Amino acid sequence: MASLNVSVVSADQQVWSGEATMVVARTVEGEIGILPGHEPMLAILARGEVRVTLPGGEKITANADDGFLSVQANAVQVVASRAELV
Amino acid sequence: MGAQLRVYRQKIKSAQTTKKITRAMELISASRIQKAQARVAASEPYSTAITRAVSAVASYSNVAHVLTTEPERIDRAAIVIFTSDRGLAGAFNSQVLREAEELTELLKSQGKEVEYFLVGRKSVGYFNFRHRSFERSWIGGTDNPDFDTAKEIADAVLEAFLRDAGDGGVDEIHIVYNRFVSRITQVPVVTRLLPLEVVESDETPEASSTKHEVFPLYEFEPDAETVLDGLLPVYIESRIYNAMLQSSAAKHAATQKAMKSASDNADKLITDYTRLANNARQSEITQQISEIVGGADALSSAK
Repeated sequence: MASLNVSVVSADQQVWSGEATMVVARTVEGEIGILPGHEPMLAILARGEVRVTLPGGEKITANADDGFLSVQANAVQVVASRAELV
Repeated sequence: MGAQLRVYRQKIKSAQTTKKITRAMELISASRIQKAQARVAASEPYSTAITRAVSAVASYSNVAHVLTTEPERIDRAAIVIFTSDRGLAGAFNSQVLREAEELTELLKSQGKEVEYFLVGRKSVGYFNFRHRSFERSWIGGTDNPDFDTAKEIADAVLEAFLRDAGDGGVDEIHIVYNRFVSRITQVPVVTRLLPLEVVESDETPEASSTKHEVFPLYEFEPDAETVLDGLLPVYIESRIYNAMLQSSAAKHAATQKAMKSASDNADKLITDYTRLANNARQSEITQQISEIVGGADALSSAK
């Protein structure tokens, strides 16, 4: 199965990047889960955490405030002025 | 010891002390350039991501946004000037201020009133000395800019932009800062920040080298307008943050260059004064010898 190429970026650095099988984020309209093959999307993130499931089944969580999420051709970018791994 | 010689020795001492200081400053800024450059590089993914997102929304929606629409008449303009807090950086601050003055002239010739937002103690000093007014200023932290300051500046600038020109708002915003090209060159850059030109191709290296990227048809959540609403201020913030980082890297490079030439000058002064001191010492010795010889001659002829 194809995997997602995820990067979490904050204003002053790239917080995390790598492969993942699923990303769950909270947008202003509610939680959204992104699997490989998702249609291109740009969403505004609400305050909350972004959960990334790695291919091995592990999960990492990142806090992202005031940011947005872009999905394009299996590349997911979580961009927030302040973002950090939990 | 002759008076002349003592004066030269004093001057040599003083040049040596100065050289020690300037050399130390040179080394300090040399190490800071690296850090500043690393910070510019680290902030790149963020600005690239935002630029891409903004262009994606802008190219696939016909949403007219207040930040991108050109006002019919521009009565008032604002200039944000990025200088440093400290001097000893050669032409670093003066070249930015000169560019700002030229821009002011240009805007005034177009019949616009000009307002200023100042970043860095040097620009504030420049304005205070000339008794010129400015809207707001930020002092401190230009050596090591943090994102909070950038956000504050962006908020202030956006607030002024969104206000009506009649209430003291502005219709366009320009930024003037030094861009770090290399350790040798820093160029002052003047760009218009607002209203945004949507066709703007950013200076990211990949974007210019590869052919223009075709964006897929994005799904917007909640909708294109809200996304653009959220993105544009963030884009402005990131542009301002980038200007601050560039300016700080350029400042360290300028300081290094200025301090290097100061050390070189001190070196030259030391050699010059050493020559003169040697000369003075030699002529003193010569004079003493001729006095002794003269004295001895007089004694022997008196016998």
